[in-house]
Amino acid sequence: MEGIIDELVRFAITFMHTIKDVLPIAVIIFGFQIFVIRKNIPNLKRVLIGFFYVVLGLALFLQGLEDALFPIGRMMAAQLTDLDFIKHSAESLQQGVAIHWTQYYWVYIFAFTIGFSTTIAEPSLLAVAIKANEVSGGSIGIWGLRIAVALGVAVGIALGSWRIVTGLPLHYFIITGYIIVVIQTIYSPKMIIPLAYDSGGVTTSTVTVPIVTALGIGLASRVPGRSELIDGFGLIAFASLFPIISVLAYAQLSHWYSRRNRNVD
Amino acid sequence: MRRSLLQFVRTTANSARDLAPIAIVIALFQIFVLQQPIPDVAEIIVGSVFVVVGLTFFIYGLEMGLFPIGESMAFAFARKGNVMWLLIFAFALGFGTTVAEPALIAVSKKAARIAAEGGVIEATNLAIKQYANGLKFTVAFSVGLAAVIGVLRIIKGWPIQWIIIGGYVIVVSMTAFAPEEIIGIAYDSGGVTTSTITVPLMTALGIGLASSIKGRNPMIDGFGLIALASLTPMIFVMAYGMTY
Repeated sequence: MEGIIDELVRFAITFMHTIKDVLPIAVIIFGFQIFVIRKNIPNLKRVLIGFFYVVLGLALFLQGLEDALFPIGRMMAAQLTDLDFIKHSAESLQQGVAIHWTQYYWVYIFAFTIGFSTTIAEPSLLAVAIKANEVSGGSIGIWGLRIAVALGVAVGIALGSWRIVTGLPLHYFIITGYIIVVIQTIYSPKMIIPLAYDSGGVTTSTVTVPIVTALGIGLASRVPGRSELIDGFGLIAFASLFPIISVLAYAQLSHWYSRRNRNVD
Repeated sequence: MRRSLLQFVRTTANSARDLAPIAIVIALFQIFVLQQPIPDVAEIIVGSVFVVVGLTFFIYGLEMGLFPIGESMAFAFARKGNVMWLLIFAFALGFGTTVAEPALIAVSKKAARIAAEGGVIEATNLAIKQYANGLKFTVAFSVGLAAVIGVLRIIKGWPIQWIIIGGYVIVVSMTAFAPEEIIGIAYDSGGVTTSTITVPLMTALGIGLASSIKGRNPMIDGFGLIALASLTPMIFVMAYGMTY
């Protein structure tokens, strides 16, 4: 019984926080609607209920993540980057010998799989995928886009973890990524370019950021020679750059595939 | 009534399926790699139910509230033909949604701590707070500016790739001159500014505008606002680090 009351109190707090976050947006929207556009909002009642659902849904979502996912996600990130675990899995390793970057393989695998799965659950990516599907008349599949973006995030975070372990400068990777994006842009179908660019920004919100940040900080604070404050950053940058590359690649592949099919017919 | 109930059940099932991969990854790692039991199973199950129901309500609200209002406002502005108000609205939306973003507040605090440790600012609470606040407003301003540029682009039909590639060139050249401690934060700040509510709203606004202005294609011109909103913070945060 006490647990339930405790849960309700915490939910009320999360709910208030979400309202506080949504309030500025609501003020701007309804302010402009009333004072500048000066027209009644079509289906006002429905829109208000929609806003209420968004706030309620987001509050439940955040509370659930905070209860279930984040603690275990953070704990696992800490355990996987722990030197004892790394040494244990590299049985022959002796004390005092520097750990080779390959010994961190479980970290890379975790980075890849957790990056992929948290992106699939990301609500803002789903929102963009729904819109893209609608606007493209169905030629861009909701799942196709989500999986392409999730693969990009997965590769990005795995690579970003490897960078933290090796201590290579962040900007080398990002600049190389930019060059790849520019080259892909030249050869991509025009239609997909804006959506691909957008998919970089949508991936990193509610679900992905907290777990990925925990992984980055865990790595940077435990790998010898890394500083938590300087090397802990950068994973989000990877996670927002690589989906652009993977979505452009997805578009190129499906373009190429459909052209080949047409030639066969 | 029965149909909407059926739809609700279906949406909930979809949400559960969206979250299943995370559960699988965590369970497999916990059992086979870390070889530890999963703690607080009951709490995790309750939390997961919250997440699934929350995601379902969010998607419902999106289709009922956020998407329609974003699009109907875009239509109204386009019909009114007042570009100035539209740009002010875009700026307000970008600035207003970013300045309150919890992820941004956390990142600016951390950046201030790094600056204090690096001796860029005094290690006093006041100096740290000022630095963090300055950074927060800089990023919010840059997102507002991004929304203005993005809306202008839709109106004029400029190709997005030139703006983004131009932005990349600026980011790369600034990286050469920016203090090393700020680079990681600057690159990350691009990703953290776009929240779960901003993204659907901005997308709906862009697509609404592109579909109501003659000669614009919603696919080519409607997207791109989010991309700009994740690019300008990188430039402005580095500039902030350089000038401070």
